[in-house]
Amino acid sequence: MAELTTLAQAVAGLVHDGDTVALEGFTHLIPHAAGHEIVRQRLAGLTLVRMTPDVVYDQMIGMGVADKLVFSWGGNPGVGSLHRFRDAVEHGWPRPLAIEEHSHAGMAARYTAAASGLPFGVLRGYVGTDLPAHTDTVAPITCPFTGEQLTAVRALEVDVAVIHSQQVDRAGNVGLWGITGVQKEAVFAAKRSIVTVEERVDSLDSRAAVVLPSWVVSAVAVVPRGSHPSYAMGYTDRDNAFYQAWDAISRDRDGFLAWMRRHVLQTGDFAEHLRLLDKESRAAA
Amino acid sequence: MSAAVTDTAAAPAGLSADDVMTVAASRQLADGAVCFVGIGLPSLAANLARRTHAPNLVLVYESGTIGAKPTVPPLSIGDGELAETADAVVSVPEIFAYWLQAGRVDVGFLGAAQIDRFGNINTTVIGPYDAPKVRLPGAGGAPEIASNSREVIVVLRQSTRSFVGKLDFITSVGHLDGRASRQRAGLRGRGPTVVITDLGVLRPEPETNELVLTAVHPGVDPATAVASTGWPLRVADGLQVSPPPTAEELRVLGMLQGRRP
Repeated sequence: MAELTTLAQAVAGLVHDGDTVALEGFTHLIPHAAGHEIVRQRLAGLTLVRMTPDVVYDQMIGMGVADKLVFSWGGNPGVGSLHRFRDAVEHGWPRPLAIEEHSHAGMAARYTAAASGLPFGVLRGYVGTDLPAHTDTVAPITCPFTGEQLTAVRALEVDVAVIHSQQVDRAGNVGLWGITGVQKEAVFAAKRSIVTVEERVDSLDSRAAVVLPSWVVSAVAVVPRGSHPSYAMGYTDRDNAFYQAWDAISRDRDGFLAWMRRHVLQTGDFAEHLRLLDKESRAAA
Repeated sequence: MSAAVTDTAAAPAGLSADDVMTVAASRQLADGAVCFVGIGLPSLAANLARRTHAPNLVLVYESGTIGAKPTVPPLSIGDGELAETADAVVSVPEIFAYWLQAGRVDVGFLGAAQIDRFGNINTTVIGPYDAPKVRLPGAGGAPEIASNSREVIVVLRQSTRSFVGKLDFITSVGHLDGRASRQRAGLRGRGPTVVITDLGVLRPEPETNELVLTAVHPGVDPATAVASTGWPLRVADGLQVSPPPTAEELRVLGMLQGRRP
């Protein structure tokens, strides 16, 4: 049964140093508030998992919470490089970052296998690429029925999955819609899960294409605009200007650290960060 | 990266070499085709095609949006506009398994950081994998788009840094080692059938599957294309000059880029 709690309490209770943690979201519904809270609580030694690590993982990697990243595409979508991710991989700053990389199709198959309680997933993929030589969670496999050569990928089991959604109802059931990515699979692949939501409602919107019954989620916290600068369809719009601004904020180490101190370490919660951001953008306008 | 190339490419007056490339790439997409669209240059060209000669082009994005009809090209592959205008929005495991892997995509439309003479693509790393000079974003959906689409179209700017003799990393397979090596490896689709650049058009030569220059854009000297390639690029017999962009194509492109009303 999902416990309705605060994000700070959920992170303190469910995420531990050294855990394998997946904050999922495919452009839409990215759990930024939870990423900030993990930084604010100074967690360390995490293995971070995500198909599309973008700005929130750049922030977490740059603040040194992670020892390893499991991923398939790391960039600032439509803008360019993730400077903190690149600095960690290219120069070991602020600490070395081990990487395990896959393709999207492979990551999706790995999550689906773990969600299904299987040790591996199967796909037509990776053949001829240099990925298998650098990743020991990919192996060729022969179909026992047709003899065809296929590719097996190891199930991606995680300690904690973190997602953002539009709604939770009075009974604690979570509903999300729009681009729902791989979030359902991530929750089912995880031992524990945290969901931040835009709003608590009497009953879920009929658009909710994915419903996670209360008893498959560990904790739910109401965090309005908790995916910013990503978006929650029906509630908020994607803040494309922030994604573009992040390129300059993150480009050098000092500027990045100053921003993270002001917006994360020195704020009490995500709402305070958003108020500060709104104030800064009004001042710039 | 290829600013020098862009500057030297002699596009028709008032046109950037990038605009000519985008228009040329858009013309490769047939009306009614199902196109799996990469972000960036492919997305702009695919949206241009849908607004000009290919109104029934089905745009599929890896975010799970199928049949998206955005009014402005998205910044990311998951902008709200894609979901709001799509015929269907499916999960990421579904888009890769039911739609791409099962063979429902006609054209995979990809960008690249580097490409080699057989159309293999690198989007992973420049330099050694364990001590990279430049860490690129990585594979994303491209390896399986490249292997499982019926054919692949690649669009990227041409320079000796992007058209290289040997890739530091094969992220997505084109024609592998040439000839029938792709087929022998068991990859299902035909692989790259055309590569569009800011200088011209390259296609795999029948038999060897090595990319050769089959057309240059208006005003481009084929010697410039050869000099901008990191392997001894061969020029096809009967080299064509691609038709210049029409006024209508440029009007729609400007609108998509928010440059003109």
